[in-house]
Amino acid sequence: MPRPATVPMANDDPPWLSLKMREAMEAWLFLGPTLAGFLIFFAGPLVAVVGYSMTEWNLLSQQSTFVGLKNYSHALTENPDFWLVVRNSAIFALGLVPANMALALALAIALSRPFRGVVVFRTVFFAPVVTSAAAWAIVWKFLLQGEAGFVNQMLAYVGIAGPNWLREPNWAMVAVIATRVIKMVGLNMILYIAALQAIPRDYEAAARLEGASSWQIFTGITWPLLGPTTLVIMVITTIGSFKVFDHIYLMTGGGPENGTLVLAFAIYEQGFKFFNVGYASALAMIMFVIVMGLTLVQLAVRRRDT
Amino acid sequence: MSEFLTPRRLALISRICWTSALCVVAIPFLFPFLWMITSGVKSAAEIFGAPSLIPRHWQWHNYVEVFTYQPFARQYFNSLYISLSVTVLTLLFASLAGYALARMRFAGAAMVGLFLVSALMVPEEVTIIPNFFLMKWLGLIDTHVPLILLPVFGPHGIVATFLMRQYFMALPKELEEAGRMDGLSRLGVWWQVAIPLSKPALAAVAIITFLHSWNLFLEPLIFVSSLEKFTLPLALTNFTDPYGVPLWHLQLAATSLAVVPILIVYLIAQRQIIESFALSGVKG
Repeated sequence: MPRPATVPMANDDPPWLSLKMREAMEAWLFLGPTLAGFLIFFAGPLVAVVGYSMTEWNLLSQQSTFVGLKNYSHALTENPDFWLVVRNSAIFALGLVPANMALALALAIALSRPFRGVVVFRTVFFAPVVTSAAAWAIVWKFLLQGEAGFVNQMLAYVGIAGPNWLREPNWAMVAVIATRVIKMVGLNMILYIAALQAIPRDYEAAARLEGASSWQIFTGITWPLLGPTTLVIMVITTIGSFKVFDHIYLMTGGGPENGTLVLAFAIYEQGFKFFNVGYASALAMIMFVIVMGLTLVQLAVRRRDT
Repeated sequence: MSEFLTPRRLALISRICWTSALCVVAIPFLFPFLWMITSGVKSAAEIFGAPSLIPRHWQWHNYVEVFTYQPFARQYFNSLYISLSVTVLTLLFASLAGYALARMRFAGAAMVGLFLVSALMVPEEVTIIPNFFLMKWLGLIDTHVPLILLPVFGPHGIVATFLMRQYFMALPKELEEAGRMDGLSRLGVWWQVAIPLSKPALAAVAIITFLHSWNLFLEPLIFVSSLEKFTLPLALTNFTDPYGVPLWHLQLAATSLAVVPILIVYLIAQRQIIESFALSGVKG
């Protein structure tokens, strides 16, 4: 609502308060609770965690000393567990993100056009998303038990001796990734369906008239048009994969032999189980840098594209 | 051959193939729920016998034992009232702040927006350690206060704020201006004009907020230690014998009690719920 600056507005406000000032004051009041919460529970703690990460602080002895970047250098050069955590987190992300996105896209393509039963399928594939990770992990832990587990009993029927999924490091990682994909793929499926439905049908019809095959239509039209959505989904899913905690905590507890010890779990374990506050804070800062980097990449690519 | 495979029949056959393939893919999505529900009414012995989807002996007693093993009713109530509190507070603060960002002009508005966006980049795990000490200093460990305040003011609350801002910005300004002409204050316009027009956005925020709080795990694990203060996800993990071995029949019965009501609401309102998630995923 542009108004000429020179024409004074009639108002009933006290003369000492200009209209502009009054609006600003009201805005700050509206924002008050959110900003206060932001400063107390977010900005403050974020500054504090930087400070913590430069101290050696043991909760049991209640002693804290400033050690500069020692926690970081210790992690990078001396602590073999740190590189294990990095490796596990990378494997988790590299396993989860492509599997999740490929399945999400395949399901979205199958379910983006109306047919009888399409709503039923969408509802089924999305159901694990609204289910708590705790419940999901408990049931899958039950299904994936060694010999008595249902999955292995079914595999035995077809003559396959299934591994003791959650007790062998490599299989535990596979099991955690697979059950996490099933839990979360519905969300990406929905985002892909929305993107697919936004593509005008004329494009495909025109290409068909020209004699293009379905595969050519996908690679030449659909996939390029999905580009922005794919980027958003990739970043959201990658960030999500670095944040996975409850799933790991409940299914494997970071084990066996630290085979599923990922970053979020390591922060919890170092901070709240071993009380190494300084080292846990350094790990938290590393997570912060990773997530911020991914977000900035997304913003940069988005800006370039628009 | 070609007489048999008319285009219509070909289309039908391919439809059947597609639907069958989708059914196979759906098994790992659907089966855990079925198995959870039926195993919750099996005896401990039957659970480890030969697998059967339908219990041979329906042990409804599991559902009684769930409530006597630990204060499960109390824990259920905790989850319910905490999630409702988080939802109401998030709706209130997010719609107030969202309205200011969408409609009011003040010096520093862009700055405030940028600050809040930065919170979206930082996972709760990063700030959980300082927040623990903050709550400890405030004497709020083993209370429900952190479980209510942290989600309301955390990244999730910021997502809600931006969803509300987005929706307010798309509303026609004329109605609010008419409200001002009629002598309503800012707060009056927000409450009597903007909020009633924003029911779809409020519903979406309410749905994702309630589920977010209901499913929260890390925060209860860290802040709460006494049994009668547990929330549901934490309580579910607690059906174990003294050696930490899960009592599966009780655990699965309790998990069913926690999951099935949510699933029923989901089945009734699946369209609305899925759309709410799609909205928050795209915008957040």
